[in-house]
Amino acid sequence: MREATAASRPPLIELRRVTKRFPGVVANDDVSFAIHAGEVHVILGENGAGKSTLVGLLAGMQRPDAGEILVDGHPVAIDSPARALALGIGTVYQHVMLVPTLTVAANLELGGRWYRRPDWRATADRFRATCRAFGMTIAPEAITGRLSLGEQQQIEIIRALWRGSRLVVLDEPTAMLTPQATGELIAIMRRLRAEGYAVVFITHRLHEAIEAGDRITVLRRGRVAGGLGPEVLTTTGRATLQSRITELMFGEATAASPDRAARAAAPKSGAVVLAVRGLTVRARGRAPLLDGVQFEVRAGEVFGIAGVDGNGQRELAEALAGQIAADAGAVMLDGADLARFGVAARHRRGLRYVTDDRLHEGTVGSFPVGLNLVLKQIGTPPFWSGGVARRRAITAHADRLIDAFDVRTPSAQTPIGRLSGGNIQKALLARELHGAARLVIYSKPTAGLDLRNIAAARARIRAGVANGSGAIVISTELDELLDIADRIGVMLGGRLVGIVANGLDARGRVAALMTGAAPADADAA
Amino acid sequence: MNTLRPLLVGALLPILAAVLISALLLVAFGVDPFDYYGVVVHRGLLTPRGLQDTIIRMAPLMLIAASLIVSFRAGLWNLGTDGQYLLAAVVVAASCPLLDAALGHVPALLIGCVLALATGALWAVLPAMLRAWQGVNEIITTLMMSFLGTALANALVKLALRDPAATVPQTRTLPVADRLPRLFGTTVGLGVPIALVVLIAVHLATTHTAWGLRLRTLGANPRAARHAGIDVPRTTVMALVLSGAIAGLAGGIDIVGVWGNVRADWNPAYGLSVIPLVFLARLNGWAVIGFVLLFSMLSVGAESASIHVGVPSYFSFVLVALILLFLALAEWLGQRRQWAGT
Repeated sequence: MREATAASRPPLIELRRVTKRFPGVVANDDVSFAIHAGEVHVILGENGAGKSTLVGLLAGMQRPDAGEILVDGHPVAIDSPARALALGIGTVYQHVMLVPTLTVAANLELGGRWYRRPDWRATADRFRATCRAFGMTIAPEAITGRLSLGEQQQIEIIRALWRGSRLVVLDEPTAMLTPQATGELIAIMRRLRAEGYAVVFITHRLHEAIEAGDRITVLRRGRVAGGLGPEVLTTTGRATLQSRITELMFGEATAASPDRAARAAAPKSGAVVLAVRGLTVRARGRAPLLDGVQFEVRAGEVFGIAGVDGNGQRELAEALAGQIAADAGAVMLDGADLARFGVAARHRRGLRYVTDDRLHEGTVGSFPVGLNLVLKQIGTPPFWSGGVARRRAITAHADRLIDAFDVRTPSAQTPIGRLSGGNIQKALLARELHGAARLVIYSKPTAGLDLRNIAAARARIRAGVANGSGAIVISTELDELLDIADRIGVMLGGRLVGIVANGLDARGRVAALMTGAAPADADAA
Repeated sequence: MNTLRPLLVGALLPILAAVLISALLLVAFGVDPFDYYGVVVHRGLLTPRGLQDTIIRMAPLMLIAASLIVSFRAGLWNLGTDGQYLLAAVVVAASCPLLDAALGHVPALLIGCVLALATGALWAVLPAMLRAWQGVNEIITTLMMSFLGTALANALVKLALRDPAATVPQTRTLPVADRLPRLFGTTVGLGVPIALVVLIAVHLATTHTAWGLRLRTLGANPRAARHAGIDVPRTTVMALVLSGAIAGLAGGIDIVGVWGNVRADWNPAYGLSVIPLVFLARLNGWAVIGFVLLFSMLSVGAESASIHVGVPSYFSFVLVALILLFLALAEWLGQRRQWAGT
């Protein structure tokens, strides 16, 4: 039945060979697919796969550099958000775009003609009717900001429908939802489909895609890696689907490098450098940011943390480094509990954290390189004596580190913000690796670096643990972790859902854990 | 030459431009600008009396500048210096004459300074804590506390702390002989060197100590401060409270050094005129001294000019505002040139 309508009418929206470039990256490369009315079309992909750019193109925020977009079979130029709305494309962004202090009804009235007095009662009645139709229960007079995130998204969906949308684009709507709210959202998508609307559902979670999708398009590195139509989705078993989609998302297993195989064959048996026990960080009114995270890092080991961005990796790094307080659990470095130590004391004891946000968190751009190199040691000798800075000692220390880590800077007095990204990264490494580092946490250590610096940074991480210290590498790039890690832990929704020993089958197993496809009780190798 | 040119382009030219535009404005009002500037410079700087007045006026301005430097270095806006100043002034004016009678004038002056520091600090505690633990914007809270502080100070002068012997509403008066000693037979009191020492101490502390680096790191990049292990809430509270204390000291020193009492509805509102000076000096204590001298001379001279030339004394604010505008313009042009890479 559905096949028949799809054949007789042109698809609602069709992308033909759409390409969008940004300086240095091709965000969408020759992307083609069709969106049909009465279907939930899932766009699945990792971070950086080009999903957001695709949303931007549909919503009129971006224009394609090549290729065309067809609506009802006619080529159109979606050159503004207003134009997108006029064409019947409504977008609900990941971050809610409602005024939190206004009532639901007032939010829906926003954007009306300025000279017309809003008819509150009519709006409220209409809203209740729409809610009933889609199985929602939201009071129109409620203050928007007091509603849950899921309810606010539902309001945005209704607003999109009221503006005449035939296609509702949901940009990663489930990224911050509880499982229950996600279930409700999927139910609403089904209702929309039944009413003849088209839904584009952007996600990086495999199980949601399989549960909600009539059609799945997988993006990888800006390209369409493959698609599954309704005929496949309805006839194939869940396990087979999962493995097929995982393959599309992360590529087929490549032959492991010889030293990786050797590493996997010889599990580390050194002393435990870092032990993390039940580490939990709660958030007010939301799912915990970290939930009972537990693992060990041994001497000489590089422990990788994989996962799609925003699954608790940052919080894990900050809780380990002492930047945020843990609500429960323990962190032990060389057997000593770190609970009562702050950032500076942990740094001194050898727990170092190389942040990925080099400009906004790692350094103070207007301060000289020399000061940035001692920023975690403020007030301690030999750089300060009696609280007064000893400029000569700071400069001499800086000159040594600049030399040892090959930081290209005019001098130690140059504001660090003027250096290139690669050199700022080297300066950060110099600060964190200097002295007796026992465990170094690297957050996305190669993000934004060029190829040569990437190779150098990875080599340095590997070489760094040769002296019996440990390292944690947090990365969203699976290839990077497969390249340098001994074991890989996977984070999903604030939990460490599994630990995989690096080896020939690691890619598939980690990828399955990352998307929530594999059971959470995977082996802790 | 290389060091002179930026100074010339960056500071002198804007000041000259401001003087020139002000002159044109004066001409438009039918006033001879040479007359006006002549009186301002003569009365503000060249007569012994004028020079002494200018220097005396510098004391509260320098202290408030020191207070602002502490908070601005930490990236915090203490806009409540006027309330902190006035409330401390009233507390000191009400207590010092009584202490003086009871304990003699040296203990009275010392206790007065401590009271001034404490009052200013106290008036900054609430905004500081709200900022540190609730993230409430301190610009708004310090400003509101300032209104409350000035109103409370006035109410105190008129009600609880009023001198029963005086006919007009004012506090008791500290006898001239028991105020801060004067220097070298002039009218300039000890308040000026105290202010100078505090300002320079604040400058050196913010630029040369670990404490100052924590403050500046917080001001330049709060996320980096947290990353570097600086206790952000504690540093925030410390900076704002210290800033309030120094502003309070300004009020106390002004009372025990110059005025002796506080009259009802008196409010010199130095705070808001010092803010631009501190920015002109880019939070540098040494440069602040120069700008405070200039502003002090302008305002003392302008008060005379209002009598002699008939230009309202507020015209000095026009001149200062124009200087600020042109300095900002010069800064912007300089940065554009830097971006262009020439």
